[in-house]
Amino acid sequence: MRRLIGAVPLLLAITAVLFGIMKSVPGGPLAIYEGTPGMTDEDMARLEHAFGLDQPLPIQYVSWLGRFLAGDWGYSIIQHQPVLGLIGERLPNTMLLMGTVFTVVLVLAIPIGTVTAVRQYSWFDHLVTGSTFAFLSTPTFWLGLLLIIVFGLQLRWLPLGGMRTAGVDFDLVDVLRHLILPVATIALVQLGGRVRYLRASMLDTIGQDYMRTARAKGLDERVVVMGHALKNAAIPLVTIIALDVPELFAGALVTEQIFGWPGMGRLLWDATTRNDYPILMGVLAVTSVLIVFANLLADVIYGYLDPRIRYS
Amino acid sequence: MPVAVTPEARQRGQWQMALERFRGHRPAVIGTFVLVVLALLAIGAPLISPYDPEKTQLLLIFERPSLSHPMGTDSLGRDLATRILYGGRVSLSIGVMAVAVAITLGTLVGMVAGFYGRWIDGLLMRFVDMMLSFPDLFLLILIGVLLKGMTVPVIVVVLGLLRWMRTSRLVRAQFLSLKEREFVEAARTVGADDLRIIFRHILPNSLAPIIVAATLGVAGAIITESTLSFLGLGIQPPTPTWGNMLKDATRDMERAPWTAIYPGLFIFLAVVSINFIGDGLRDALDPRHVIRTQRR
Repeated sequence: MRRLIGAVPLLLAITAVLFGIMKSVPGGPLAIYEGTPGMTDEDMARLEHAFGLDQPLPIQYVSWLGRFLAGDWGYSIIQHQPVLGLIGERLPNTMLLMGTVFTVVLVLAIPIGTVTAVRQYSWFDHLVTGSTFAFLSTPTFWLGLLLIIVFGLQLRWLPLGGMRTAGVDFDLVDVLRHLILPVATIALVQLGGRVRYLRASMLDTIGQDYMRTARAKGLDERVVVMGHALKNAAIPLVTIIALDVPELFAGALVTEQIFGWPGMGRLLWDATTRNDYPILMGVLAVTSVLIVFANLLADVIYGYLDPRIRYS
Repeated sequence: MPVAVTPEARQRGQWQMALERFRGHRPAVIGTFVLVVLALLAIGAPLISPYDPEKTQLLLIFERPSLSHPMGTDSLGRDLATRILYGGRVSLSIGVMAVAVAITLGTLVGMVAGFYGRWIDGLLMRFVDMMLSFPDLFLLILIGVLLKGMTVPVIVVVLGLLRWMRTSRLVRAQFLSLKEREFVEAARTVGADDLRIIFRHILPNSLAPIIVAATLGVAGAIITESTLSFLGLGIQPPTPTWGNMLKDATRDMERAPWTAIYPGLFIFLAVVSINFIGDGLRDALDPRHVIRTQRR
């Protein structure tokens, strides 16, 4: 709980910085009206007043924050719809994408990392170590393009982008088919880091004294590896995953862009190119909050998994 | 009389040993070779290629890879291989310069925090925590939109300002442990002031992790620059970079898949090589690390 309160100033600082950056955008939110025939200086001033843009910056910030906490996130300047609604429409799509990536990566990383550590320097270990290194060095967007070229354009196995086929009613299989390429793009890059990390951490654990004790007790090798080694080696993985949430968002942003996935990344993208700053603030605030809470959650889970850690 | 070992002689010995260990790390040696070739190709671009990287040739649009155009041509009939060579100049130098800014800043902050400790340390490290919890790609996007794309100096400074935090933590940790060591006390006893102790005694002894972090940082900076340029927010056309060439490729890849394959391949080659070099440097500069991983 005390850590929860500790996160508040951080969130405030983040929103304040974001607000500051937004306000320094040249042109500002009303730039699209400049030069519109029939707009006089008085009209501009009236608009500025109506949107509260003539107030001093700290006051604008406080009033924005107050309305934000009350759930009134303003209206999109371009789309004239409530920001909260637009974000609410997109957030589940991004969550679907990221959640699938998260699950796929965990389900694959744990067995692969364990086997490479237990069979260190085997052909499998060399293969995995080599390919994780390669994927770690691949830019996400290029991997996405390659996957589109191979599986979408050449083999024609999978759709090129979007979330469902146009004109088709909601169909789970259809959505899953659209998910495969974007998920593979982010997951392959992420998997590299996870496997390498888990392998190193497993190797470290295997060398510990309590492992020898477990074997000396006559425990089955499988129990020793799964029960003792993996359990301990996987603990730091929780922190690493949480710390990488910003990276996951960034990956989702680029991937949504390539595959036309209608998520938060696309929303942010469209908003930046059109100076739609209520949307921008909303998206950035939501992602910042999610990131800070992911870190908090990791701390809590970490303390729970490893009783040696106590927060005082 | 103690044996006369000048600091230079001792240092040379240390670096020489590191070099030998580095030579024994095969991936790192290959990586160095590939990177040197890439750099030479980029520097020698005007000598190697007979084509102009920016001149459009409407009769040569989307030529398949052939002898005269080994990697084909793009939507404006420009030779792809030539653009990749020139793009390498921009992409590689941005990577190196951005890291130079980041490492300098990170080292300075880490030095001050680690050496002086107390409230300065607390304040600086809170600031580092805050900076680290920012998704930096979002900030870069905002800045890119704000400035309608970036020029080389801008991208170098911005990347440098957003990537110094990990270095500062590394340097701080080094300073925290080294400042308690006997040789620092000895230096203080003979009357060395803070500046001399920091730059002459502690900093040289914390170079190893800084060098490794810098190397891996270059790889990260190259990927970030290419991502930004890919989104259209980095270096603007017609100047080629590996990233902005791929932006056009998203539109053209159905007709001309080579426009999407080759620029990315060069990013990949550069980044893989640098990561291998970083790996090799870590093993070479921190022998304890190798012993730790080989034991068992």
